[in-house]
Amino acid sequence: MSLRKEHELHQRRKGRNVGVGVLLASFVVLVLALTIVKVTSAGFKFPNTSSDVQQTEGQN
Amino acid sequence: MTDASINASTVREGDAEFGDYFALLKPRVMSLVVFTALVGLLAAPVAVHPVVGFCAILFIAIGGGASGALNMWWDADIDQVMKRTKSRPIPAGKVEPGEALSLGLALSGMSVIMLALATNIFAGAFLAFTIFFYVVIYTMWLKRATPQNIVIGGAAGAFPPVIGWIAATGSMAIEPWLMFALTFMWTPPHFWALALFMRSDYDDAGVPMLTVTHGRPATRKHILIYTILLALLAVGTAFSGVGGPIYLAVAVVLNALFLHGAWKISRRDENDSEADNFKVERSFFKLSLLYLFLHFGAILAEAVLKPYGLGGW
Repeated sequence: MSLRKEHELHQRRKGRNVGVGVLLASFVVLVLALTIVKVTSAGFKFPNTSSDVQQTEGQN
Repeated sequence: MTDASINASTVREGDAEFGDYFALLKPRVMSLVVFTALVGLLAAPVAVHPVVGFCAILFIAIGGGASGALNMWWDADIDQVMKRTKSRPIPAGKVEPGEALSLGLALSGMSVIMLALATNIFAGAFLAFTIFFYVVIYTMWLKRATPQNIVIGGAAGAFPPVIGWIAATGSMAIEPWLMFALTFMWTPPHFWALALFMRSDYDDAGVPMLTVTHGRPATRKHILIYTILLALLAVGTAFSGVGGPIYLAVAVVLNALFLHGAWKISRRDENDSEADNFKVERSFFKLSLLYLFLHFGAILAEAVLKPYGLGGW
């Protein structure tokens, strides 16, 4: 009896896992691309950090 | 991996494949959502970065797919009865209802948040409303309660161009609502024609389609009335901001054909239909698919050609 024989169920699960893996990887790439587009757009402003707020208060 | 690793208690007869989960998202409906949302996005008078536009369409499509999965979860009992739907993943035993629910909820949340982040909060909120409308108002509440189910349900399928427009502009205008009205008014004749030749499906499932509650002659009259109203709206849209000569030509030809088909359906009785196996109803249904695609295609053509001085009036 061979222990190396792959069950059909494993093939189905493998296909499912590969599908989910590809989707997650694509999602990461998409979020990265979206982030690059957003931060390089003309209207982008960094949100106020705590040091910025302190500086503004100091100037006042 | 070997056979030795299989635990009998975890093996289900219909252990789902990746494609079964994809089928839960109603890919054919999703293709309509993608196309109409894309037209809404491109017809808007604001240029959108291609990556942002791609993300917007993708997340609108995922939101549409998520509502499809939630619809299949709720309607699993009637899907099992109807010939048209009994091979769907849940009635076929490939996917557990709970899995469809989880997938639908997870994708709904993800798509709404991502659309809001990629474009604007208004677009995300409108997508959330659309999912709520389709799943709760239509699927859970009205589908089994009123013969006007298709009319009201049509609204959910008609929202994508509005969401596409809002994703681009962040605001509302009359033009996306004309596109909404086009799909909204098109849905009833499209589905009632289907109900005429898929005759026993809705009866068996106990869904109060117009054919079941008001009879088939009344359904034929309804198809004609809705088609007349649709034709007025569709041709009138030619003179709006998204219309133009190309759209007008397409709308005049298609609406003449559509009205002719609806007129023929209204003049027939069951004996005529039985005699030719619902030939007129079937061809009207096929034409309805082309009808919507070409109307939105013409709006898209007007929008794409506008920068070159060719589209629009």
